[in-house]
Amino acid sequence: MLIGHQPKEFLLAVEALTVSFDGFKAVNDLSFYVEENEIRVIIGPNGAGKTTMMDIITGKTKPDEGTVLFDGKTDLTRLDETRIAELGIGRKFQKPTVFESQSVEDNLLLALNVDHSVKGTLFWRGSRNEAEQIEKVLETVRLKDLRRKLAGSLSHGQKQWLEIGMLLAQDPKLLLVDEPVAGMTDVETHQTAELLKEINRDHTVMVVEHDMTFVRELGVKVTCLHEGTVLAEGTIDQVSSNDRVIEVYLGR
Amino acid sequence: MIINTRFFNRSELIGFVSLLLLLVIILPLALDIFRLNLVAKYLTYSFVAIGLVLCWGYGGILSLGQGVFFGLGGYCMAMFLKLEASSVANTKIQSTPGIPDFMDWNQLTELPFFWKPFQSFPFALAAIILVPAIFAFIIGAAMFKRRVGGVYFAIITQAVAAIMTILIVGQQGYTGGINGITDLRTLHGWDIRTDHAKYILYFVEVFLLFAAILVAQFIRLTKLGRILVAMREQEDRVRFSGYSVANFKIFAFCAAAVFASVGGALFTLEVGFMSPSFVGIVPSIEMVIYTAVGGRLSIFGAVYGTILVNFAKTSLSETFPQLWLFGLGALFIAVVLAFPNGLAGIWGDYVQPRIDRLLASRTKKSGGLVANGAPAE
Repeated sequence: MLIGHQPKEFLLAVEALTVSFDGFKAVNDLSFYVEENEIRVIIGPNGAGKTTMMDIITGKTKPDEGTVLFDGKTDLTRLDETRIAELGIGRKFQKPTVFESQSVEDNLLLALNVDHSVKGTLFWRGSRNEAEQIEKVLETVRLKDLRRKLAGSLSHGQKQWLEIGMLLAQDPKLLLVDEPVAGMTDVETHQTAELLKEINRDHTVMVVEHDMTFVRELGVKVTCLHEGTVLAEGTIDQVSSNDRVIEVYLGR
Repeated sequence: MIINTRFFNRSELIGFVSLLLLLVIILPLALDIFRLNLVAKYLTYSFVAIGLVLCWGYGGILSLGQGVFFGLGGYCMAMFLKLEASSVANTKIQSTPGIPDFMDWNQLTELPFFWKPFQSFPFALAAIILVPAIFAFIIGAAMFKRRVGGVYFAIITQAVAAIMTILIVGQQGYTGGINGITDLRTLHGWDIRTDHAKYILYFVEVFLLFAAILVAQFIRLTKLGRILVAMREQEDRVRFSGYSVANFKIFAFCAAAVFASVGGALFTLEVGFMSPSFVGIVPSIEMVIYTAVGGRLSIFGAVYGTILVNFAKTSLSETFPQLWLFGLGALFIAVVLAFPNGLAGIWGDYVQPRIDRLLASRTKKSGGLVANGAPAE
């Protein structure tokens, strides 16, 4: 399966990752690989280590052991959040995290991947290129009509999309999306699946999600985590028929 | 246009014009020079308050040690003025003529090395900007790079204020100790104690205050200003968007420090001395109260808040010297609980909508258009 691949072909190679909090191993010898331009869904029961794994990839948590190789050359476990974001990894949090007192457009503007230095932002002047990028993102996340609204006045689902839009504005190679459809209506869930597929055309996406309807709709490779390690990997049908997965996660 | 490019919105324009009228025309005409000099003293604190609006109101970094920077600016100015006042001719009765009197009393026979450059006025002016900026940078880098923030940062700034006071009081021979640096007389031979000089200094200060307001407003409206607000709301989002949160916090803290320092330097000029009583914990907290009362999100609110609280302080502390501090504390608690955005918030939430409605109804009657902020005919 994975043997024979050179690590270079993977956009993200998580290898032998272990981290413990007060003796509890939240992630335990975890290894998996994400190829360029795939969507990968991560499932697993609460406490399986999904969010901790995201924390490690984005630099929020330092692992005790193991490496996270990005783009075949950079070990992310040595870098901080800002540097990792600059390298091209965007992260959406479980709870929608947008700048509520600023407009939808301004939220995207701040997320754009332009000069992030203090000096650069102090003497920033907008450019047509930036405006076009924002336009494109607004189109993709379907918030064009709400561009001047304050982000705080959006519905829960719209905030989730705005945050995904902010990731797009950042134009990362890899998007990590934590529970994008939690609390969404069925229609919104469906639209979010469409949105992620659209985004996948030029980005690699990794989604953590519990909603099995949504996971089926995406129809991509699934990795099931349990107790900090990979329990099963494959198509949703393969994974959901795995006895261990049924036992610990899906239920009989 | 994505980011609002208008420099002032309507209520800010009202704030700007009314402040201009008040400080440039009304107060100088209405008050005698003693009272006007008192206003000048209050206004020096409003520089600190403007800095706090940027740092605390926008950036969410509560500093309870702004007195340190106020003091640094004040002492830089005082050191220059003291050296000028301590010419050999003026101090020939001392055992070592030509050094400040308090050094002589403390058996110093030579000007300490760090005092020497302050014989130059340009150096003193540069120091007023650079010393607090560098000091704030060191504190900021040490704290924010380690992700120390919120209450912990506030407590540390308190500690810095306490340390600074102890240091100044303890090193009497170098700093003038508890009495501070007093008996300042002239600036380049120009006597700063006369009424005439006080008028001129008042207007210089008002000019600098408006310059400070414009600089603060500029910073607020830049993308950096937006990032400060974003950081206050969702620090992690900013960090994961690829911004170095620590650097932005350091910038805000340094900017606030420089504003405070300019205020301190002007204080020395207006009042004629500088002492550790403007550096420590209590004055630092008072400065935060001025900002909170005026409205920590409003630059103009902060200036008005400073003037009003100080007026109240002066008149009440004359009448109820014992009770005044309790009153100040109660005011702070009341404002934070009932009006978290201070006077500016009250204006924005209650006064302005009424004016708008009044204007709108008048416009409808006359059928004409009303220009921004101008009363209808």
